[in-house]
Amino acid sequence: MAYSFPEEVLEYVFAFLSSHKDRNAVSLVCKSWYEIERWCRRRIFIGNCYAVSPQIVIRRFPEVRAVKIKGKPHFADFNLVPEGWGAYVYPWISAMVRSYPWLEEIKLKRMVVTDESLELLSKSFKNFKVLVLSSCEGFTTDGLASIAANCRNLRELDLRECEVEDLSGHWLSHFPDNFTSLVSLNMSCLGSEVSFSALERLVSRCPNLRTLRLNRAVPVEKLPNLLRRAPQLVEFGTGAYSAENQTDIFSNLVEAFSGCKHLKSLSGFWDVDPAYLPAMYYACTGITSLNLSNATVQSPDLVELIIQCPNLKCLWVLDYIEDAGLKALPSYCKDLQELRVFPSDPYGAEPNVSLTEQGLVTVSAGCPKLQSVLYFCRQMSNAALITIARNRPNLIRFRLCIIDPQAPDYLTLEPLDTGFGAIVEHCKELLRLSMSGLLTDRVFEYIGTHAKKLEMLSIAFAGDSDLGLHNVLSGCESLRKLEIMDCPFGDKALLANAAKLETMRSLWMSSCSVRRCPSSNVEVMDERGHPDSRPETCPVEKLYIYRTVAGPRVDKPNFVWTMDEDAVLRLS
Amino acid sequence: MDMISKEHKKEKLGFEETELRLGLPGGGGIVNGDLVINGKRGYTETVDLKLNLALKETGKEENSQKEKNLISCSNDSIKSPYKAQVVGWPPVRSFRKSIMAVQKRNSEGGGAAASFVKVSMDGAPYLRKVDLNMYKSYQDLYGALGKMFSSFTMGKCDSRGMMDFMNERKLMDVLNGSDFVPTYEDKDGDWMLVGDVPWEIFVGSCKRLRIMKGTEAIGLG
Repeated sequence: MAYSFPEEVLEYVFAFLSSHKDRNAVSLVCKSWYEIERWCRRRIFIGNCYAVSPQIVIRRFPEVRAVKIKGKPHFADFNLVPEGWGAYVYPWISAMVRSYPWLEEIKLKRMVVTDESLELLSKSFKNFKVLVLSSCEGFTTDGLASIAANCRNLRELDLRECEVEDLSGHWLSHFPDNFTSLVSLNMSCLGSEVSFSALERLVSRCPNLRTLRLNRAVPVEKLPNLLRRAPQLVEFGTGAYSAENQTDIFSNLVEAFSGCKHLKSLSGFWDVDPAYLPAMYYACTGITSLNLSNATVQSPDLVELIIQCPNLKCLWVLDYIEDAGLKALPSYCKDLQELRVFPSDPYGAEPNVSLTEQGLVTVSAGCPKLQSVLYFCRQMSNAALITIARNRPNLIRFRLCIIDPQAPDYLTLEPLDTGFGAIVEHCKELLRLSMSGLLTDRVFEYIGTHAKKLEMLSIAFAGDSDLGLHNVLSGCESLRKLEIMDCPFGDKALLANAAKLETMRSLWMSSCSVRRCPSSNVEVMDERGHPDSRPETCPVEKLYIYRTVAGPRVDKPNFVWTMDEDAVLRLS
Repeated sequence: MDMISKEHKKEKLGFEETELRLGLPGGGGIVNGDLVINGKRGYTETVDLKLNLALKETGKEENSQKEKNLISCSNDSIKSPYKAQVVGWPPVRSFRKSIMAVQKRNSEGGGAAASFVKVSMDGAPYLRKVDLNMYKSYQDLYGALGKMFSSFTMGKCDSRGMMDFMNERKLMDVLNGSDFVPTYEDKDGDWMLVGDVPWEIFVGSCKRLRIMKGTEAIGLG
């Protein structure tokens, strides 16, 4: 010990480590490094709220200032996780209130947050600064009122795609008159109208406001007043972007937008009247992120706007952009890194727009920095996928949803195995892959062989047998999250790869053929009763396997069963 | 619970008798054709709960398309029926689904955000949630509800394609012809029968849905 650095020096060095991976690695070097590191770790990331308990976290890291916790599995976004499953934040908040009085930041994803939790946190953490709730639910606007009223040092209130019970817009008026610290406000997922005068006064008195995302209920006439009071805005989300014919609105908008010389991100755009889009053109030169996924306008108007943004890096848009619109991207938005194309009519039987695989092929050919893709379409071919893979070996995220499940290559009617095989073969840095279309066990051979960096894989209606799942589990060395729906995978692959499951964060399987499961951290969700009450041949509805040091859950609803050790012994 | 005799049943089972029907007590339901089972969930296996009210039969085209697909269905390729809605597919967030629907419904100006209501079915442990803004009519809504609750009402198939009849109580309920009736709680807290008021008014006033056993629904409406 006489030869090691003094603690203070090590602490100072560790402060430069921001990545959780690095911090975790450092803590494994030796006992004294573990001790020093744990006392100076300020930021915690918990990828699965059931993997560890608040008590264990607090015991190890006593001086935390910021927590980020994720709850439900990703497929909860598509209504596959039943109501009442869990992921309640209250136990975390009540434990942290006792042990982290100086907590500043809470970021939650897919968790159930109650008004009680919000009130408790607003009254307990005196220096609370940042609240980001992503895809959360369980609270009402009353909870927001507590936050507004009590968090005197609040900087960020960011509600991303949350399901909030909207009682009224009155919550906004609870920010006190002497409250000036707001930097970021995202209320885009709320429905009710807030008091416009309260909003204007809030914006006026917060000089550091850089992000303002309004909700749909803020009409376009109100935008000029708001923008004039906040010309320093960097990120702005409109409300409904249309109005009755009033000529001065347009000129007011032009003036207001041209005063915003720092805008980098635009969003909102519900109910767009295309006539008002050009009002934004002056603000577009600096735009790097454009979210038009609410904008139900046709391709020519969309394209006119997009091509005003030469520095565009991230584009989210509806499939109204069509192949023709996507063709414009390589010429005008060469720096594009992320493209997401959402379906305007996902349940329609016939295509309502002319968007095919060609659009994606064109973008992949002409945008050399493209690394992240989410694309909904109605037809795909192996040839197109191979072309995309060859064009863009730098892809990191590739999520393709062909709307008709098990749709084959529309040219050859073959499965899309070779297409996706090309993707994993050429894109060696691929971290995330979602597949669709007609896929056999073959594609999983390719994935197991090539996708060595892959961390997250989403599969639906694919494969023929357990061999498919076995190839993934045995071949994908970096796999952390695997989610499967409606595939004919059963017990064999799970049993053969039980050890692998311990190295992953989680595995979700619904509507597959799994009957029994290999390890003890398994949740079975079944409405029809305990798995043992049904015949051995009957598959379970939903299975969620995750590693944990916290033991079985204490907050399970009546349709979730955790398999115990006895079940494991009975199997073998 | 005679599993052995069930294992010997290789022929397709007649679902008409066991099909769940939504309707007022005493009414008949629209019956689906035979279902083909092959162990995969697929939309071809879900049973529609069809409300037996005097509504236009817009589902006719849907039914005949389904029958076509069922007849040509094989283990290797399952084609999706017209407008099939499987829970979880396509993987679109709920708030995005309603953009299109609301766009179609609203003439102009800002419409409401997603209108989620909880749905419970008597006897089913899971609650569901639906966004009423996603549907254009009662028929749309019933179709979605039917598919949501189908795995509970009809049981699931094992890998060899046998129906799960182990929960005898459920089976008896269905065979007794005890129909399920959709009801809702309105803004005033009253429980009403679904279908009485025009669709738009219903969407505006519905706070939660409950699919009741027909026998309990007497006295409503």
